[in-house]
Order: sequence, then structure tokens, then C-alpha cells
Amino acid sequence: MVQKLDYLRESPSQTAGPYVHIGCTPNFTGIDIYSGDLGTVMKTGPVQGKEIVIKGIVFDGTGTPLRDAMIEIWQPDAAGLFASANETRGAADPNFTGWGRSPGDMTTGEFTFDTVKPGAVPWADGRTQAPHITAWIVARGINIGLHTRIYFEDEAEANAADPILSRIEHQNRIQTLLAKREGDGVYRFDIHLQGPTETIFFDI
Amino acid sequence: MSPAKTTPPSGGFIPRDRDWQPDALTPGYKTSIKRSPQAALLSFPSSLSEETSPVFGHGLLGALDSDLIHNYAQPGESAIGPRIIVYGRVLDEMGRGVPGALLEFWQANAGGRYRHKKESYLAALDPNFGGCGRTITAEDGSYEFRTIQPGPYPWPNGMNDWRPAHIHFSVFGHGFAQRLITQMYFEGDPHIPLCPIVGILKSQDAVDALTAVLDMHRTVPMDSRAYKFDIVLRGRRQTYFENREDGM
Repeated sequence: MVQKLDYLRESPSQTAGPYVHIGCTPNFTGIDIYSGDLGTVMKTGPVQGKEIVIKGIVFDGTGTPLRDAMIEIWQPDAAGLFASANETRGAADPNFTGWGRSPGDMTTGEFTFDTVKPGAVPWADGRTQAPHITAWIVARGINIGLHTRIYFEDEAEANAADPILSRIEHQNRIQTLLAKREGDGVYRFDIHLQGPTETIFFDI
Repeated sequence: MSPAKTTPPSGGFIPRDRDWQPDALTPGYKTSIKRSPQAALLSFPSSLSEETSPVFGHGLLGALDSDLIHNYAQPGESAIGPRIIVYGRVLDEMGRGVPGALLEFWQANAGGRYRHKKESYLAALDPNFGGCGRTITAEDGSYEFRTIQPGPYPWPNGMNDWRPAHIHFSVFGHGFAQRLITQMYFEGDPHIPLCPIVGILKSQDAVDALTAVLDMHRTVPMDSRAYKFDIVLRGRRQTYFENREDGM
């Protein structure tokens, strides 16, 4: 018998269920134990860079909006720096958290993030990634949180050089990762969980 | 910039074991049928976008955030139900404690009723129980909170499906790639093997990994029983070959 690898196994994921709001956005469902819901404010003061709003709806395989999803985003500031303990390249904008959490509207399912356009971040080999936001979706019926990325349709040159986007075989699916301009500083990023317009999800 | 600042702390995250984690499509859990992607996940090594994560300081926490028996109760009152302590550690796959991890938890009351606008189960609300709490792990990754043991409740899946007693957990580690939501079950609950949501797990080992054990050593006589629940997050590789030319 050879030696054993003694790693632990990651805890198995389970669905967040229909009442995820009780734990993660309690004020949203009328429980006022905390002073506010975490992740609703990403800008704690005047921020550097272009302020933007991202809106979207998560759709299921029948085209029905999810009205019980929770979406989280994580991104760098306008200079490409993360407000993280393991950011080693410099100090991020002190007035920007980089992290947002939004429940969809209980009637329409629409989520909203009031944020800034992210700066570019390097890939491990030193190449530059196009500006993007990491998004994570949980809901009833989703057994393990879905990772995707929000890129921007008005960053065509950077997108073409992005280490991930340029390696995707199904180039016709890349548009599912592009936030569409709806106005000055307003972008729409709808997420399709299943079907012909299915969003690309990552194992990352 | 000092040399320490230019040296990456470690490598990327170890890939998630998708043969161990549940699949997206699990028809016994009906809602998963139309909420599961059909295309394959796109695999890429983690980058800074997934290796960094927000920081939540202990200053975030209120005095009663980890005491669900009292954090929604009127002065002098407490929630009704079996009083328990839930404790454990947040570890990575190497067995190292994960300090500073934000844990959020939520649950039904002792009768299986959630305090939520869309919940309509006929079991009564407890006026002194809200059902949510949070804490941040200590230097060794340890945590604990007090609550009442939740009740099982029925749900519209099969004609007579009941969830086992459970507490939902949301966990932040040090990288967004570690983000995890899961559920904790209680040792000995006969609903565990009957539940379609537990049933998405691929082995008895996976079920056991989510089942808290009764700990009489930590139980406080005449006050609260204790259950131990450890949580394991993804670990990180060492940095060898990180900067090789082809980057993959």
C-alpha cells in the first residue's frame, strides 16, 4: 500500500434555497437585526473612475425570470486593484469595496449593482485581462453556485486580447459574457441558466 | 514596493472536485431541471479575480449577531425550542484553519417555519425568533454560535417531501473561488436519507460531511446541547511554474 494523500475534501455544496434572503439580505425580507444588508453599498465615498450601473435578470430554461436568486459580484477598482487582504500590488481605492450582493426584485427578478467600471487585471503569465467583473449566482434549484464573468461590449480591443475570451472555442457564445450598453454608464447583463442563449459558466 | 509585496503568496486554487460536488441537473430535486446549465462549464485556472476576496472585519458584528436565541427576542424573552450551540472550524483542503472567514447562517424556527414573505407553511412564527446570524472565524479558524434546533418542514417537491432539520451556511474564505453555500444536518435525523436535496450528494461520505455530530463534552449542563460542524474550503497550490511562458 502506497502512502496516502491526506488532503481534506471540500465541503459539498447545497442549494441556497428559496429563503437565502433571511441569512444574506435579512432587511430585504423584513428582518432588521443588522443595521443594513451587506453588499448593498459598494461606494463608501467619492470613488475614482467611471461610475456605472449594471442591471440584469436571471432566466431559467423556460425563459421565466428567477425571483428568488441572489447575485454577488467581485471586482477591482478603476485602477485594477482589489480591496482584498491578499492584494499585493498596491492600495485599492479606499472608498470602493469591490463586492456587491443583490437579491432580484421579488416581482420582476431584476438585480442592480451601483459600481465603477473595473480596471484591467494581469493574467498569471503577465498578459492583461480585459476589464471584467466576477459574478456568482445562487438560488433555489441551483445545487452549486455558478461562476461567470461580466465583460463589456464597448471594450472590443481588450476583449479580443483577453486570455480567456480569446481561447473560447465557441466564439458565438462570447456575447453571453458581454454587458450591453443601455445608456451612459448603464449596462444590462442578463443571465440565462439554460438553453440556446445559455450564459457561459466557469469552473475556475 | 518591498520584495514581500512582489512575491505572490501562493499559487492558484486547487480545482474543484466535480466528481465529489453535486451535479447541476438532479431531477429528484425538481427545481434543478430548468435551472441547470446544459453546456459544459468552461475550465480555466484561477487568476487574481478569483484569488482575492472581500475582507469583513470583526467590527462588522453586533453583540448578539451569533446568538439567534436572543438577537430577535424582546427584552427578557428568548426563542422557543431546543437550545443548542453549533461550533467547529473552517479549514482549507490542507487542514489549515481559515481565519477571518465570514459565516452567515439562516434557518427555520423550532416548528419548521421561516420568517420570510414568501413562506406560507401553517406552523406558527415565533415572535422571538428571526432566524439569521453571522460570525467571523478566529485566528485558528474556529467559530461558534447559539440557536434553537430548527424543525423539519414540508415543501412542494414530491407529494410528501419533508426537509430534515437543517441550518444553511454561507461562507467567505480568502479567495472568491472559495465562495460556498451549504447546509448542515443533525446526526440521527431519519429524514436525511429521504430528502431529495440531500439526495443530490454522491456518496454517504458526502452526506456525512454535512452532518453535525452531537458533542456531549461541549454540551452545557442544564443549558444547551452542542453540535460540531467543520467546514472545508478549497486550498491553494504552491507557485511552481506559475510564470512559465505559455501561461497555461
